[in-house]
Amino acid sequence: MNFLYAAYTATWLIHITYAVTLVRRYQRLRKEIEELKLNR
Amino acid sequence: MSSLSAVTRATLAKDLRLEWRSKDAINSMLFFALLVVVVFSFSFDPNAEESRQIAGGLIWVAFLFAAVVALNQTWARELRNQVLDAYRVSPAPANSLFLAKALGNFIFVSMLEALMTPLFIMFYKLRALGPAWQLIPVALLGTWALVVNGTFFAAVSLRTRSREIMLPLLLFPISLPAILGMVNATTFILTGEPFVRFWIVLLATYDVVFTIACLLLFETVLHAE
Amino acid sequence: MKRAFPILAVLTGILLSYALYEALVVAPTEQTMGNVQRIFYYHVPSAWTAFLLFFINFIASVAYLIRRNPVADAVAVVTAEVGVVFCTVVLVTGPLWARPVWGIWWTWDIRLTSTLVLWLIYVAYLMLRRFSTSGQTPVLAAALAVFGALDVPLVYFSIWIFRTQHPQPVIGGGGSIDPRMLHVLLVNWLAFLCLAALLCWSRYRLERLQREVEEAQALESIAAPGGSR
Repeated sequence: MNFLYAAYTATWLIHITYAVTLVRRYQRLRKEIEELKLNR
Repeated sequence: MSSLSAVTRATLAKDLRLEWRSKDAINSMLFFALLVVVVFSFSFDPNAEESRQIAGGLIWVAFLFAAVVALNQTWARELRNQVLDAYRVSPAPANSLFLAKALGNFIFVSMLEALMTPLFIMFYKLRALGPAWQLIPVALLGTWALVVNGTFFAAVSLRTRSREIMLPLLLFPISLPAILGMVNATTFILTGEPFVRFWIVLLATYDVVFTIACLLLFETVLHAE
Repeated sequence: MKRAFPILAVLTGILLSYALYEALVVAPTEQTMGNVQRIFYYHVPSAWTAFLLFFINFIASVAYLIRRNPVADAVAVVTAEVGVVFCTVVLVTGPLWARPVWGIWWTWDIRLTSTLVLWLIYVAYLMLRRFSTSGQTPVLAAALAVFGALDVPLVYFSIWIFRTQHPQPVIGGGGSIDPRMLHVLLVNWLAFLCLAALLCWSRYRLERLQREVEEAQALESIAAPGGSR
């Protein structure tokens, strides 16, 4: 039974981790864009 | 067609001559091959009955590592002397370059295998309970499977950071069905079980499919560097 | 177009919650395996989604090799990444299902092993894309994707032969499926497809933005020859 919850939790963890990495990369890109704009 | 084989032969001859002249590289490779066999013999007790069962696997894993080390070397030299740029500009078809490199690697790796095999037989007291002659097509097909993809991926890895690790990273997953084929064929020949032919057919299919794929895509990859 | 994204996000959230409810509550309990079998509703749709994504990657890679269309390349990267995510889910939920049911964490079951090899190939694909310093990385990656696609049927066939000679337990079971279970399975698959679409879309937007930034940076360094670069 625990395995069931572990499996479902693991699935969500994996997806959430990926989504978080996407958000972080997005934020980093935004910062780069700001820097580019400042350099202009 | 004739220009393909002429260029191939010329390139191959040049490569072999270069390898022969750089005896250091050959000697160190041979010594490496010997060391691999010894390490395996220490790790997997040759006296145990199980070793007989896994000897097929052991040998091919050893060959695989030796092949990777050999493959890593061959393109490095080309890169150092900017020979690749010369090839790209020349009218010679990219395929002839690929075939020459692959054949050169094949000869080189076969040499290493020829050294390692008697050692394995000696250390593990191997005897083929099945038809031993079948080991020859297995060895040829298996080595070609590793070498053809290895040469291709070595070219792909040329412009990457950590080039040496990139080659096995790409080669191992793609080679898995071939590895399954060579190992099982060898094991079944050694233990005298049937079904060897399935694996040899699989190996042959793998070789045909990927040789064609490499020949078709090498030109693209060469110009992509 | 912009408004569709939050709509999709909300729809996905709803579908996933509903699918979860169906999987945990509505689906009948399996006779032999008990409640653990419900992992099936996450394991199988994730596998189908991963395979679909990798298939799209193959198409995009071939399209790129033929036309050198940058959009095709972007699609290839996106589907490879999201595909690996879903494939990881398959490889994690598989053993978690196998352990309580068959007592072993892993088996060289044909589907699980093929999935492992597919995962390895695509992780290698992603590493190639990350480590390549060539200006033509997309071409190399596309070539690798083609090789991977050629490899998969061979992997499947080789493991099939192997399994015929060394019978192993089969995870996932064959045979007919209870229609109620099928319904839950399909609902979950729909939910995961929406999640995949959402993730792919997000990743695609990120990729587009990244390429624009890189182009802008390249232009900067050309336009400012005496600059600090």
